[in-house]
Amino acid sequence: MRREIPTFIAFFVGIVCIIQFFIPHRPFGTLVDTFSDWFSIVQAFAIWLGALNLIKISMQKSLARKARDRWYGFVVVLAFLLIVIVGFFFSGGRQFQLVGTRFDYLYVNIYTPLASTMFALLAFFVASASYRAFRARSWEATLLLLAAFLVMLGRVPVGDQLTHWLREGFRLSDIASWIMTYPQVAGQRAIMIGIALGVASASLRLILGLERSYLGGE
Amino acid sequence: MAVVLLATVIGTPILAVGQSEVPAALAPTIAQVPPPHPPRDVRGSDSPNDAGGSIAITWIKSLDDGAGLNSVTAYKILRATSPTGPFDTIGAAAAGQTSFTDAVARTSTPYYYEVAAVALVPTLGGEPVPLLVPSDPSPVAHAKAQWFHAGRLNALIAVIILCSAILYFITQAKSGRSLFIRKIAGLEAVDEAVGRATEMGKKIFYIPGTQDMDEVQTLAGITILGRVAKVAADYEADLQVPVARSLVMVTCREVVKEAYLNAGRPDAYKEDKIFYLTDDQFGYAAGIDGLVMRDKPATMFYMGAFYAEALILSETGNSIGAMQIAGTAMPAQLPFFVAACDYTLIGEELFAASAYLSKEPKLLGSLKGQDAGKAIILVTILIGIILTSIGALSLQTNDPEKLGFYNIAPWFEVQ
Repeated sequence: MRREIPTFIAFFVGIVCIIQFFIPHRPFGTLVDTFSDWFSIVQAFAIWLGALNLIKISMQKSLARKARDRWYGFVVVLAFLLIVIVGFFFSGGRQFQLVGTRFDYLYVNIYTPLASTMFALLAFFVASASYRAFRARSWEATLLLLAAFLVMLGRVPVGDQLTHWLREGFRLSDIASWIMTYPQVAGQRAIMIGIALGVASASLRLILGLERSYLGGE
Repeated sequence: MAVVLLATVIGTPILAVGQSEVPAALAPTIAQVPPPHPPRDVRGSDSPNDAGGSIAITWIKSLDDGAGLNSVTAYKILRATSPTGPFDTIGAAAAGQTSFTDAVARTSTPYYYEVAAVALVPTLGGEPVPLLVPSDPSPVAHAKAQWFHAGRLNALIAVIILCSAILYFITQAKSGRSLFIRKIAGLEAVDEAVGRATEMGKKIFYIPGTQDMDEVQTLAGITILGRVAKVAADYEADLQVPVARSLVMVTCREVVKEAYLNAGRPDAYKEDKIFYLTDDQFGYAAGIDGLVMRDKPATMFYMGAFYAEALILSETGNSIGAMQIAGTAMPAQLPFFVAACDYTLIGEELFAASAYLSKEPKLLGSLKGQDAGKAIILVTILIGIILTSIGALSLQTNDPEKLGFYNIAPWFEVQ
């Protein structure tokens, strides 16, 4: 029964979700909302599992004297307790998310800059990844390099300045737009069609119970 | 609440909303202004393809909307359950509009609608006062729920064809017919990647994406995790799975535990190797980057749904020289994985992984069915290209609206 019940639930919910797409009449239309609500409820309870696991693992690391990263564990536990205690007890109860509360102060002045810093790292990583991707090691890589060169140059004003003497339609900005509108979109759509079919096929396998490895098995 | 102020001007009744807010002294000023013509032919009809609770209202705009006196600034939509009223305001539409959807109707209740043209009348030394000139009541309208969404008939046909193809090939595979599946380099490299970590005595990190269990890519990622965990158990490699969702953590634990059991190494399974970091996207990326820089794993897997963190993670892995295998169906992140990883499962390959790795006939059959779907789409695209080209050449136009029969794109639009 450990596998049969989850398989049946997956089958039932999957079939109802498909049916409601074609039959808007009650109860199908509303059942999907009900399933979403159930998922949210399960998810909300599961957050505690994650939070407790985070504390447990971090405490284990902190208390293990030989662990190189024990201080990171301390920081995680302290940061977790700080934000939870401030949010629960020192930020006006249910209004804790409002502007001006202590929770909001921590969110705006600590969390947001940290998240922005991580996001900003992308700029450097894009540069290093592009450097590797655009090396002309093969015919395909050279083609990629050429396309990238034209698109990048065509997307900045200097590209058009360099080719302003050419007829309209042959300037760098036009070539960049053509690459992005036709070959790029064609390639992306091919991938999207493959993905859509892959999702449909995988979903069918899950709904019919052919694919049960996510339940812990072959 | 609309309160009716009747003043007979040029033989037309005038309504003013919120009469109590209009000083009595201004009434003569209002009465001297010619009112706009009311909208005509107001009709309510059930909104198609819904679960009820919605009525579409249409009207012919006032003669003074964009023409005539050009005094109409908006329309008020009024509703009653009797043709004699009382009518309550349920919404408004801008001047020039000729339709409105009553989304708060009760299914099967009879409703009558009026649409009032609104004109702003200047007053002596005060704010302009809105004048409402209502239309005649509409015929009765009911909201109904439909048993079939007619705008999705094409999708239903596509689903039936695709499912039939998949089920047909599954049956074929079950009956023993051998099916050719091309090699997927990323999946072939799983054993090599795990073996490398074992030889180097370093860890393997498996990242199952940043989305929850309601994302099919996460399920596909977890399926591959089962295979990786089994090989890791065989090789006695140190597999670590940092996750971003609690439910994913629980599921991954079940899958890894089962894989170790199947490999005959239940003793080697350690629950704490699959641990939760945070739900936050960049917090998760920072957490993994920290682990990667400290532990320097030999192998990293990224299988699931990723967003902006894809490049942050894979470039960090690349910087420490880890062997990296990625798989995602997020088209925007695929180029980053291709640039930073040794192998990348592109889109559908991620979903094909479970069938490919298990070699189970019924799963392989579903892959062949998928290919049949692709062939059908390819043929349809070719037919579309040929027809559109013929239409464009024979009718001398590129306008899809004018191509008529030659433009088959609308057949494939799903509402």
